[in-house]
Amino acid sequence: MRAQREGSQAVALTVARCRPEVVCAYPISPQTHIVEGLSAIVASGELAPCEFVNVESEFAALSVAIGASAAGARAYTATASQGLLFMAEALWNASGLGLPIVMTVANRAIGAPINIWNDHSDAMALRDCGWIQLYAQDNQEAADLHILAFRLAEQLSVPVMVCMDGFVLTHAVEEIDVADQELVDRYLPPYRPRQVLDPKAPITIGAMVGPEAFTEVRYLAHQTQRQALTVIPRLADEFATVFGRRSASLVSPYRTEDADLVVVALGSVLGTLAETIDELRDDGVRVGALGITTFRPFPTEAVRAALRDGQRVVALERAFSIGSGGVVSQDLRVALAGMDCPLSTVVAGLGGRPITRPSLRQLITQARSAPGDPTAGPQPLVFLDLDRDLLAHG
Amino acid sequence: MFQIRIHGRGGQGVVTAAELLSVAANAFGRHAQAFPSFGSERTGAPVVAFCRIDDRPIRLREPVLEPDAVIVQDSTLLRQIDVLGGLRPAGYLLVNTAATLDDLGLGGVVARLPPGHAVAVSATAIARTHVGRPVPNAALLGAFAALTELISIDSVAAAIATRFHGHLRDGNVTAARAAYEHVKGVRSGASAA
Repeated sequence: MRAQREGSQAVALTVARCRPEVVCAYPISPQTHIVEGLSAIVASGELAPCEFVNVESEFAALSVAIGASAAGARAYTATASQGLLFMAEALWNASGLGLPIVMTVANRAIGAPINIWNDHSDAMALRDCGWIQLYAQDNQEAADLHILAFRLAEQLSVPVMVCMDGFVLTHAVEEIDVADQELVDRYLPPYRPRQVLDPKAPITIGAMVGPEAFTEVRYLAHQTQRQALTVIPRLADEFATVFGRRSASLVSPYRTEDADLVVVALGSVLGTLAETIDELRDDGVRVGALGITTFRPFPTEAVRAALRDGQRVVALERAFSIGSGGVVSQDLRVALAGMDCPLSTVVAGLGGRPITRPSLRQLITQARSAPGDPTAGPQPLVFLDLDRDLLAHG
Repeated sequence: MFQIRIHGRGGQGVVTAAELLSVAANAFGRHAQAFPSFGSERTGAPVVAFCRIDDRPIRLREPVLEPDAVIVQDSTLLRQIDVLGGLRPAGYLLVNTAATLDDLGLGGVVARLPPGHAVAVSATAIARTHVGRPVPNAALLGAFAALTELISIDSVAAAIATRFHGHLRDGNVTAARAAYEHVKGVRSGASAA
């Protein structure tokens, strides 16, 4: 039903309509409203026999989800920031065991220094843990991606993170169409696990694998996750048929056709970026954006298909690898191999600093006028709106 | 696009006011987006919330930098932070106070804005009368509807009814209508003069 509601409430309602059987989460800002909403729905009895399990930590939350999923239940959890890091060990267990858990990550910076606001450092730090990562541009996408995530996870036996910008999306109130139960039921069949832990028919999962087969296990995990690059567009098409609106897929190009510069970004900044692009287009500036929804597996071919020789590419990143540079940029550099697309990296929006139209305009204008000599060697990492005065006093 | 910034203190319902404003605008057939300033809010600490209203879906995610309207729920903030920062030349100013805008040192601002665009309303007193509590946000939404004519008072009442029930709903709706009538009276007086 279409209504004015908070992003977190839309996600809670949508997850409830996916009929999870176990919800287990530990509250942490800015994820809290999502699990509060779900706990209220579970407590109302509406989702029976769904169980909401209270735990003492994020490590326990994911461990319960792993146990529930291995026992054949559809399991959901949500976290952010330090909470995601606290799950780190269990994240690899969930993916290694092929358990189709869905988790919302309400993206938030990592301390120290403590900071409760948005950036992508949390999910980016865990990009290699074998989970699929989807990033929502707005709250409609955030809600819808959860429905697709359960289908995807259960079809491939791979856990999925749905990443949404903390506060910027989780606490924003806007018009959101929460999918009807009947349509969700049509799109998402009941979970049929490949195998279950059952005392009546004991099996072992996750047993020790030595050097003779460990590489092969990881090879298969990679192949399985890469299948998502074919499966996600199909599920997105089916989503459009059932729900009458497009769900996000691998990438989302915006006015890239004749652009001489394309800004690549993930998450909610794409909205502000689209507004900036429209304004610049009115001034005759040929600029576009490429949103990356599916970050893991990385949609190499879709990125190549969305860009063409001669276009400059700026990766606008809400996280970075200290001592190296952009995280998304590394994947883009591989994707763009052999193409004439000079790539630069801009780090922006760390720890909740707003990314504004004036800053984006300046960034785009400067990037278009900079020399694009690919033989010039590596460029220094650029930090948007860096406060030089503050640094001088540091 | 019409952009609103609401200043108040933790406990005064600043975030709720922005949310209800977006619900009212949505009920009035507009697209709307509301969001808080994402601080670690504490009771009594300065709080900011934003609302955008437009005829098309809203994609912007930056804070409101140049508001078309500023609502000040607590006039003591005028001495503490730049609540008028970025207010557009043809913008609106709504201040919750029992004093006059001149008394608050806002005479210069009132003179700069178009006639009738700056209004003082005793929203806390109205809330005490009708709700029995000094929470001025619902009354200010009624005043905002009269000041800007961007949303109807009925859509404000409908928005309040989505959030409050029983006597709190009735009291807040009555407070909103009382503030609406007050500001309408002030504005018709201003345009007659």
